[in-house]
Amino acid sequence: MKNEGNLQAVSTTVPCIEFRGVSKAYGSNQVLRELDLIVPARQRLALIGRSGSGKTTLLRLLMTIERPDSGTIKIDGEPLGWHELDGKIVWRDDESLRRVRGKIGMVFQHFNLFPHMTVLDNVMEAPVYVLGLSRAEATDRAHHLLSLVGMTEKAKSWPRQLSGGQQQRVAIARALAMEPRIMLFDEITSALDPELVGEVLRVVRQIARDKGMTMLIVTHEMNFARDVADRIIFMSGGKIVEDGPPEIVLGNPREPETRSFLRSILER
Amino acid sequence: MEFDFQYAWRILPALLDGVVVTLEATLCGIAIAIVGGLVLAIVRLSRQPILSTLAVWYMEFFRLTPLLVQLFFIFYVLPQYGIRLNGFVCGVIGLGLYYSAYTSEVFRAAIEKIPRGQWEASTALNYSRGATWRRIILPQTPPIVVPVLANYTIGMFKESALLATITVNELLGTALKEASVTFRYLETITLVGLLYGVMSISASLAAQNLETYFEKRR
Repeated sequence: MKNEGNLQAVSTTVPCIEFRGVSKAYGSNQVLRELDLIVPARQRLALIGRSGSGKTTLLRLLMTIERPDSGTIKIDGEPLGWHELDGKIVWRDDESLRRVRGKIGMVFQHFNLFPHMTVLDNVMEAPVYVLGLSRAEATDRAHHLLSLVGMTEKAKSWPRQLSGGQQQRVAIARALAMEPRIMLFDEITSALDPELVGEVLRVVRQIARDKGMTMLIVTHEMNFARDVADRIIFMSGGKIVEDGPPEIVLGNPREPETRSFLRSILER
Repeated sequence: MEFDFQYAWRILPALLDGVVVTLEATLCGIAIAIVGGLVLAIVRLSRQPILSTLAVWYMEFFRLTPLLVQLFFIFYVLPQYGIRLNGFVCGVIGLGLYYSAYTSEVFRAAIEKIPRGQWEASTALNYSRGATWRRIILPQTPPIVVPVLANYTIGMFKESALLATITVNELLGTALKEASVTFRYLETITLVGLLYGVMSISASLAAQNLETYFEKRR
């Protein structure tokens, strides 16, 4: 985080993440409808809503795992994998995409650790092969992050030897090792046994406190969202229905749809 | 006609020389088949529709025509267009190209078995597409691919006997040359069969071990 001063200067002039009129459909299923969203740098934004409301798709578009059908996404004012040609949006998969994408990291619901590598190699691999760090630097960084997520003892283990919660903590360390400025958390506790949820959320809370990153968090854990986020968006039918600080959206929502969603969550 | 053990013993060294050629042809052939099959599989799964279709055509063509005809084509027809190769090289290329069509299906199945999450995690860690293939996807294929490739290697080992028809002095070719002089087909062909059998059985046992090894590691 050596450039922190600089980054902050930038963030006051340009929004960190900018969605403009973004739509996405899978077949006849319209998942996002003309979505506009601006997330300032360092904001911690939680996205809540029923499954199929478009929250995860929003993260996947941002990570460039999927492409929008229409609309554009910018990061720090720079196009994310597109450019304009004769007034039309042309998508590209090249170095310019990778340069912008390098600012973003993501943690997945199903961890997606690399099964053919040890825990340590999982965390070191991308810094060495993508960022070009020396093995010594990458090892230092990996050990530091593994201790941050409480996984030092398991550095030499294989992913299949770990519990879900442990795998997810390694996945968090792996994403942090790329030093992203924006972190996306996609239902990171949904695939975990209830008793393992706490250890993962503890790690995320700590990162939220210490790292000063922009965070987009898709979650069904309302208490966690309340603690960690400084803004909450409730999505439904591919649109943003309610958007505000946690105490409003969760405590005293304006929209009846938000209220009925929160009620259904509490009843579970 | 009685089995002449002395004669059999006498020709054994020559046949063992033939075994060496058979093994060489199999090794070179499977090497070509592995590289070729991998390239075909990647091309087929690439996002280039034209290349992908060409790869499918290649696979269909080589699987639906007899290997012997392909060998004859390389050995007898190509020289008419100025491509002159000796029998061994023709044979190895023929085996390699033919088996590429089969190994590519093995690689494709293995690659498609790898969960989409692995590709997505690679994207999230900002790997280029090439690096994703090299560092993440292909290194996960050996447990699925190696046992099957071992069986194809045994298949190729047996079918390399066809190279006898294009003047290669591998095991069968050597035996036929020997027998054409002495007319003692009983001893020569029996020995050939035994040698193929013994080697195939040991190779297949080794392949089974390989499979259990990978199963345990999975």
